[in-house]
Amino acid sequence: MLSIKDVSAGYGKSLAVHDVSLEVKKGEVVVLLGANGAGKSTILRTISGAIKPAKGQIFFDGQQITGKKPHEIVQRGVIHVQEGRGILSRMTVRENLEMGAFLRSDSEGINCDLERVFKKFPRLQERLGQSAGTLSGGEQQMLAIGRGIMANPKLLILDEPSLGLSPAFVEFIFESIREFREKDHYTILLVEQNANQALEVADRGYVLQTGRLVMEGTGQDLLCNVDLQQAYLGGGCTT
Amino acid sequence: MEYILSVATVAGINIIMALSFYAPFMTGQVSLAQAGFAAIGAYSAAVCTVKFGIPYIPAVIIGGVVAGVVGFILGIPALRIKGIYLLLLTLGFGEIVRVIFINIEYVGGAAGFPGIPYQENTFFYAYGLVLILIVCFERLRNSRMGRAMRAVGDDETAAEINGINITAVKLKAFAAGAFIAGMGGGILAHFQEFIEPLMFGVMHSVEYIVFAIFGGVQVFWGPIFGAIVLSFVPEFFRFVQAWRHEIYGALLIVMMIIKPEGVITNDSVRFIKKIFRGS
Repeated sequence: MLSIKDVSAGYGKSLAVHDVSLEVKKGEVVVLLGANGAGKSTILRTISGAIKPAKGQIFFDGQQITGKKPHEIVQRGVIHVQEGRGILSRMTVRENLEMGAFLRSDSEGINCDLERVFKKFPRLQERLGQSAGTLSGGEQQMLAIGRGIMANPKLLILDEPSLGLSPAFVEFIFESIREFREKDHYTILLVEQNANQALEVADRGYVLQTGRLVMEGTGQDLLCNVDLQQAYLGGGCTT
Repeated sequence: MEYILSVATVAGINIIMALSFYAPFMTGQVSLAQAGFAAIGAYSAAVCTVKFGIPYIPAVIIGGVVAGVVGFILGIPALRIKGIYLLLLTLGFGEIVRVIFINIEYVGGAAGFPGIPYQENTFFYAYGLVLILIVCFERLRNSRMGRAMRAVGDDETAAEINGINITAVKLKAFAAGAFIAGMGGGILAHFQEFIEPLMFGVMHSVEYIVFAIFGGVQVFWGPIFGAIVLSFVPEFFRFVQAWRHEIYGALLIVMMIIKPEGVITNDSVRFIKKIFRGS
């Protein structure tokens, strides 16, 4: 569904990402791991069109999307839920959710997805008329994900959804992602620092180190990989 | 009576100008170029009626279109910059427009452009346009475009990830503001019968910002309210003569302290609507 081929990208002359190739297949949850500054966000921003790659190509649904504008990429169904929420703080919760469906015109589908969001995050329904800036961090994250659902994504990109949340909330977010995979059959590209939890919900994973891919494999493989555990994850194999 | 009508007419033109500032402001663009756009509209409309004998209404519309086209062109570099830098760019533009008109002998240069036919029904034309603008802004509020504009004004990055083409939205808003200002200028020209570059100085652009901020920028009723009140206040206080401008200034300071969000907010609009529905 999404394939990135030999992409190098960065800011100005300094490249943050070198020759990265990765793939997300339909129905998969793929996790991208890496320490701070490894280039995860740069890759996501390249996919969503915020920065143009210096080299390489990006394909979505068989079509080239390299160098397209952000709103054109959203139009194709690549929905980015940003790190730091990316919500419209002066608009209400309801308006934020409606903005998620900005490019859709199927009112039935929109209502259906709105119900789906309320079912997943009942807290949002209680806060509909409240301006989004007044929500707590966890509620803002729910809203950001809810907004992503409203866009009817073909590919949902979640950029550090657990960032800055309490442990209970982190658990809740990962539970939601598991549900997305098993019940809603979403295709998800997930970037996370909570490597162990992320690998447990993921089908496959890639590991980035200083802008280069150093490892890839299934979620279980990476969880059990001794090198990876020692170098980066600091956790343990559960099987 | 005639005096009050004249003040009310100027207030109507001020409402148009305040709304012209508000259109790009909705998308987060603060413009000091509105008086410059008014100048372009005023001179274009006056040239139409004086030199080509074109009737009033089409002349005013042409003035708006010319200003709108210039606004569109200026909007392109304006897209890339924000906040204080955009303010400087639009300030520079406003001054350039003024200086250019000083140097065009065809429209009278620094001596001004006299002999513009007087439109005695300016009051009705000005408020007619205000009414049309109110309908447009009200419809815009609940439309896709209106939501997109508010989203861009709130947070450009967040708007972009919702699939909004922020370039198009900002450019349209900027050009629309210039178009409205141009029509306001055309109406003003045919009310004053005489225009000169001095009438379109940057202080006027500042005044339009003051109307909007004083009235409130959450909804378009704010700039309208601000323009009306601040157009009449100096007249009400004529009895204190020299002190009336100090009162104007003091009023602004007090307002910013007690109600920095402006007089009219979303809540007050909701409240007023409720009263109307209740009765």
